[in-house]
Amino acid sequence: MSLWNELRYYGGTALGLSALRVARWQAESRGRSAVRQRESVLAPPLFISPRTKELIGRHYLKSRYVKPGQKVVWATSGAPIEFLKALDYYVLYPENHGAVCGTMRRAEELCSQAENAGYSRDLCSYARTDIGSVLSGQTPVGHLARPDLLLACTNICQTVLFWYRVLAQHFGVPLVLIDTPFIYTEVSPHDIAFVKRQIEEAIPVAEKVAGRTMEARRLEEVALLSREASQLWAEIIARGRHRPAPLSVFDQFIQMAPVVEMRGEAFTVDFYAAMLKEVELRIARGIGVVRNERKRLLWDNLPIWYRLRYLAEHLGLHGISIVASTYTNAWGELAERIDSRDPIEGMAQTYIYPILNRGAGDKLATMKRMVADFHLDGAILHSDRSCKPYSIGQMDQRERLMRECGIPALLLEADHNDPRAYTEEQVANRLDAFIEMMGV
Amino acid sequence: MSNIKALGIDLGSTTAKIVGVDGDGQMVWHLLEQVEPRLEAQVERLFARARAEAGASEDIPLVATGYGRRLARQAARQVTEITCHARGIFHEFGGGGTLVDIGGQDSKAIRISPKGKVVDFTMNDKCAAGTGRFLENTASRLQVPLERLGAEALSAAEETSISSTCTVFAESEVISLIAHGVPLEAILRGLHRSLVKRITAMVRSVGLVPPLMLSGGVAQNEAVRRMLEEETGEKVILPRYPQLVGAHGAALVAMEGR
Repeated sequence: MSLWNELRYYGGTALGLSALRVARWQAESRGRSAVRQRESVLAPPLFISPRTKELIGRHYLKSRYVKPGQKVVWATSGAPIEFLKALDYYVLYPENHGAVCGTMRRAEELCSQAENAGYSRDLCSYARTDIGSVLSGQTPVGHLARPDLLLACTNICQTVLFWYRVLAQHFGVPLVLIDTPFIYTEVSPHDIAFVKRQIEEAIPVAEKVAGRTMEARRLEEVALLSREASQLWAEIIARGRHRPAPLSVFDQFIQMAPVVEMRGEAFTVDFYAAMLKEVELRIARGIGVVRNERKRLLWDNLPIWYRLRYLAEHLGLHGISIVASTYTNAWGELAERIDSRDPIEGMAQTYIYPILNRGAGDKLATMKRMVADFHLDGAILHSDRSCKPYSIGQMDQRERLMRECGIPALLLEADHNDPRAYTEEQVANRLDAFIEMMGV
Repeated sequence: MSNIKALGIDLGSTTAKIVGVDGDGQMVWHLLEQVEPRLEAQVERLFARARAEAGASEDIPLVATGYGRRLARQAARQVTEITCHARGIFHEFGGGGTLVDIGGQDSKAIRISPKGKVVDFTMNDKCAAGTGRFLENTASRLQVPLERLGAEALSAAEETSISSTCTVFAESEVISLIAHGVPLEAILRGLHRSLVKRITAMVRSVGLVPPLMLSGGVAQNEAVRRMLEEETGEKVILPRYPQLVGAHGAALVAMEGR
């Protein structure tokens, strides 16, 4: 059995990796000859895109053929995974998998599976996508490896607490919970100490499941790699300040996949270093992501995964580029807090601080800073039916952005993964009215 | 009637409107019809009438607005109702303020600058409870003609509170209120209140800057007007043809050629 497993792993991965590499080469050679299509308002995809696709493909290929003996953990997107990486866990992120299902238009059917099992339609569509996928065994990525451990961190929402309890019960595996106190105004040393202690207590649990002991040096290495990837990501985002913007948040939504689900890896750092170079090249050549950039906007909240291209083109047609977002920024803004010399303290400092774990005033301040830094002409606030922590306060934030920054702002009602909470005709009508209002 | 310089057509969910303007942007000709399922044929007919009755030329500037605007292929441009309503009402009153438009299928609040530009807007098109459909439904359920709905509501000595926020559930609530012997007028008044409270919330969210103006088919309902004044504390002013503001605005946009 073990020999079969080894054969399956090495054979499967070798074949899969070669196939992905060939697909990347083919896409790259097509990409080199790509020029902006005459009728397209958007720049051709970044040269790095085939590599992103290969990375994501590899990530899920490994999920199909997990290395014999390697343990699998499922974690929330904002969880302190560095100690798990240091213990050689293979980390899967149900939220990212949910986003893949969303962009591939498979989320609706998976959500229905969860609803058929009794989960409310008011529940987050990521949770429903994941639970639907777990219950039905269906996924567009082939196969998701069964977890040996679950890690949920409440720094993004409280839903994950209940969602992961469902997973723990379903799989019969231990659930490690990191509870991060909400930061209303300032973070206290006690809050940090509280999070730090939970991480310290989680390590022995993870060690027991993994059957090995964590090496301090390995943790330092992983933390450093996480930090470097996040720093590069922050740099890339900052390049959006250029006029015309070399990349839009629609590109960022796709290109952020590695920093979320592959942080702590050397190849992720290399990937973003290469991406930064390409973005710099675009700036040097004056290539804008949108032809004739006329207006630059902010995006707040999660993407609408199943309509990325439509929204990019609809806005691009009017010379509108969305160049900054609070969402993609979340994986870059904390880079400096990751500390490779004192990784556990660093993790506590970092993971208590995501935008969703801070007060609504803090998000407003972030948006206002972005409006100034990126020279923005307006803002679109996606009121995401699924993500209450992100959407709460948007009515006031919109009003204050208008009043205090003097820019128009639009509240767009949709859902990040469930297309049943999205009406294209009405979204288009609002966007068109907003575009007319900006005088484009 | 060949002094028509531009046409605007507003294809809403309930009615189709077409307006012709003279060189000063004054409305000199208009038609209003119930919207038909075969919208394209209806649009064709409306243009034919514009040519026959108002002497509109074949190449007259034309802008379409409303939900069915893309079906008016004859139009040089399609412009949203937000922009057209703002343009129409600004032409009529010559200043800024807050316009509430309550149509058959949606409702919107638009804040307009003193120079006639849209500053902010909000729309309710997800829920029928803030629209004319809410009143239409309940009017038919209570067998009160739509045009008498407002007067009946205002004649009530008391008011019943309707707590359902959904048109469909409000209907079942109304049925049970009738079963409990609550007078019809009191129920009607409660229904109007429920609609107006939703509208008021929308107005507040864009920030109410007086004057408060009201357009759309529901503007003809006296009770909605009065209650909107009560809820906001602002006097409500009406354009001459509340239902034609969008089409008039479209004609003005067409004339400006932008």
